[in-house]
Amino acid sequence: MDVELRGITKRFGSVVANDGVNLTIRGGEVLGLLGENGAGKSTMMNILSGLYSPDEGEILIDGKPVVFQGPGDGIEAGIGMVHQHFMLVPVFTVAENVVLGVEPTGRLGYLDLKRARAQVDEINQLYGLHVPADTLIEDLPVGIQQRVEILKVLFRQADVLILDEPTAVLTPQEVEEFFGIVRSLKEAGKAIVFITHKLHEILEVSDRVSVMRQGRIVGEGDPKTLTEADLAEMMVGRPVSFTVDKTVAEPGRPMLEVSDLVVLRDNDEIAVDHLNMVVKSGEVVGIAGVQGNGQSALVEAITGLARAASGKIVFDGKDITHFSVRQRHSEGMAHIPEDRHKSGMVSSFTIAENMVLNSYYEKPYSKGMAIDWPTVHKTAAKYCVDFDVRTPSVFLPAGNLSGGNQQKMVVARELERQTKLVIASQPTRGLDVGSIEYIHSRLIEARDEGDGVLIVSSELDEIMGLSDRILVMFDGRIVAEFDNTGGKADRNAIGLAMAGATEGAAA
Amino acid sequence: MSDLSSINEQMRSLLARTARGRSEFEDLVVVPVFAVVVALIFGMLVMLATGVDIATIGKSFVALAKGSLGSVNALSETLTAAIPLVLAGLGLGLGFRAGLFNIGAEGQVLLGGTAAVIFGFTFHSLPFAVLMPLSLLAGAIVGGLYAAIAGALKAATGAHEVITTIMLNLISFKLLDYLLRQPYIQKEGRADPISKSVPDAAQLPRLLDWLDPNLRLHAGLFVMLAAVVLVWWILFRSKIGFAFRASGENPHAARYAGMKSGLVIVAAMGTAGALAGLAGASQVLGVLGRASPGFSADIGFDAIAVALLGRSHPLGILFAGILFGGLEAGGRQMQVDAGVSIDLIAIIQALIIVFIAAPLLVRAIFPWGFARKSKGGSEV
Repeated sequence: MDVELRGITKRFGSVVANDGVNLTIRGGEVLGLLGENGAGKSTMMNILSGLYSPDEGEILIDGKPVVFQGPGDGIEAGIGMVHQHFMLVPVFTVAENVVLGVEPTGRLGYLDLKRARAQVDEINQLYGLHVPADTLIEDLPVGIQQRVEILKVLFRQADVLILDEPTAVLTPQEVEEFFGIVRSLKEAGKAIVFITHKLHEILEVSDRVSVMRQGRIVGEGDPKTLTEADLAEMMVGRPVSFTVDKTVAEPGRPMLEVSDLVVLRDNDEIAVDHLNMVVKSGEVVGIAGVQGNGQSALVEAITGLARAASGKIVFDGKDITHFSVRQRHSEGMAHIPEDRHKSGMVSSFTIAENMVLNSYYEKPYSKGMAIDWPTVHKTAAKYCVDFDVRTPSVFLPAGNLSGGNQQKMVVARELERQTKLVIASQPTRGLDVGSIEYIHSRLIEARDEGDGVLIVSSELDEIMGLSDRILVMFDGRIVAEFDNTGGKADRNAIGLAMAGATEGAAA
Repeated sequence: MSDLSSINEQMRSLLARTARGRSEFEDLVVVPVFAVVVALIFGMLVMLATGVDIATIGKSFVALAKGSLGSVNALSETLTAAIPLVLAGLGLGLGFRAGLFNIGAEGQVLLGGTAAVIFGFTFHSLPFAVLMPLSLLAGAIVGGLYAAIAGALKAATGAHEVITTIMLNLISFKLLDYLLRQPYIQKEGRADPISKSVPDAAQLPRLLDWLDPNLRLHAGLFVMLAAVVLVWWILFRSKIGFAFRASGENPHAARYAGMKSGLVIVAAMGTAGALAGLAGASQVLGVLGRASPGFSADIGFDAIAVALLGRSHPLGILFAGILFGGLEAGGRQMQVDAGVSIDLIAIIQALIIVFIAAPLLVRAIFPWGFARKSKGGSEV
């Protein structure tokens, strides 16, 4: 099945999200769709799946124009979308989730789960998805949950699959398996639209690539003849550097010493298990590891959000194990949280309010019992200029900013103060190349000014690019340590240690 | 820094205020106004359905307008009814901003009012300039402490404030009955539960008695206006208000930012209760002159509606409170002139809240009142 978009334009108020977009999708082909956040990729795919209707332009399926009235029409026409955020019922089994809404029923209208399971297994076999049909969703890892989403659209007989940033939630190994599935779907004649802002993934799996910027298609080409640099330049509109420019670290005194730290989860399971580590001033330490191995609990314990069950945390020579979040903040600890929407910002607050979210009570923002708003506003404007937060005004709600600008706002708030230690958790998750480049350079700048920097990231590329020293966390412990001066740490060995291989000894 | 003047230019533009969003205006003004209109129309339909003839319906709406706005007396009654509604509504709105759904204003009004009466007659020998303000303060303190119980329970054990405040309301009803029968409090020579009277020196003076001794508007009006300004200052200018709002909008972010959630909850509940207690105190010191069972007359519950209609904004609450005061004053006139039950006013008030709570419904009824939204746009 071939789909063609012709001259699609979509406006939201005064914002033009899609501006005369032309795009062809062919059966048996993977189309890579690349663009920064806010470039209009998602809008276009929502038009294609029938969720939005375009203001101008038309959609043709196999040469015939079609008009979608609602989200049901897209899937009816064979266009299925796999969203970045899964839409699954955690307490239902895989089969139940797959048939939800189109349940096969018996004569009297009872639910025929047996038939559902058989159909699910059939699709499983056909595309090599290997999803256990009777397992509850909540018991499955994220990578498998994503396959359930794919199963769902295949079950609804989709011939065009739109995959919206599918790899954002996967580990490197899962990404490889996922690409295998994409290839087998392609061989079965499906048309795939693969949306991402990771350049190497586009080059690896797609047959054709289209790049979007500011609502337009700004470039198209054959991945075989394009390099990552070409794609990035098309995407951002200027040459982008991939390697983080940095000099050799000059580690000084220990800034953070964690000894024998134990942190428990809410259900009293051990999240961090007698962990020891040191971050010195003037160095970047990266913690690599597959998500869910205790990194979040470690960061929460260091920043004061979680209680240490036992052990000791020393910050620049001072025992801060029992300090509150605010005390640690006042001592000069900066914290870029892993989920900016959940905890890093208040979306309905203005950018100015968010800029002082955790320092509003300090000089110079505090004036007796009141907040000195004029000072806050002026400082926020300065931070926005310094950190390239692109917004027309500091009085706009932070929720109006694009993801990259929101994160730059958070980073500005944390780094513009006098700091000694920076804890950055997933500092660039979900961001575009331009913002990543910028935030990385700011973190290195903090290091060069003598801060200790601790980076926790599930992106191994990010860890490798930024860190002077790499620690691998597995099952609540640091299982391996690598020197990464000049980026020479052994990527394979790190990968093995992340997977829990025991011989990853200290290097 | 290559070009300092261009940076200054950038900063200036960042500091330029942007126009308030159309959607914000719709949410704060258009939806409430339409909700009131629709509720009045529905009230009319309810009267039709219960067999009231058109002429009487017309007469009753004229009476509603006349009784709320039509004379000096009507205006005085509207404002008198609005004072406790606005005061308690401000407290509830402040709680909503902090993410606390406090249902307990009724109990806080009762106990605050009772405390003001007791303080008033206990220290009856004090001069007016001392006794009146202190009696008000006593009401605010007791109301605040009573609400803080629910706050402390939530902070310490996670007990939900909706449940605890409802229970505290029930306790306050019985507690009041008990207190009013205590010899120290009960009026001499009375067998029914009724308190001693508030001495003159504790009373909020009438403002318009030079015009007509029957005009009940009292100095609580100034307390109300001062409270509007104070709550606005707390919410939008003070440090604690910043923590209230952050906790209400995103408790995770508030925790991340080092705000102490327990402290915020207790402080917000305490402030809310103090305002409700002040509402009770101004009612007994300004209008009733004593405490009796159920003297709060559902002020604490109506104030929930006022806070919702006012969108938890001090100015919105002021206008919503005056509107509800007008409905109450006009409703009494309606009963007298047209013989329509005052219950109809309760129905209209309830309908206003239904439409406020369902803005999509209002949008569907009055599509021309709102900017056209692209399907699936970012706002709902």
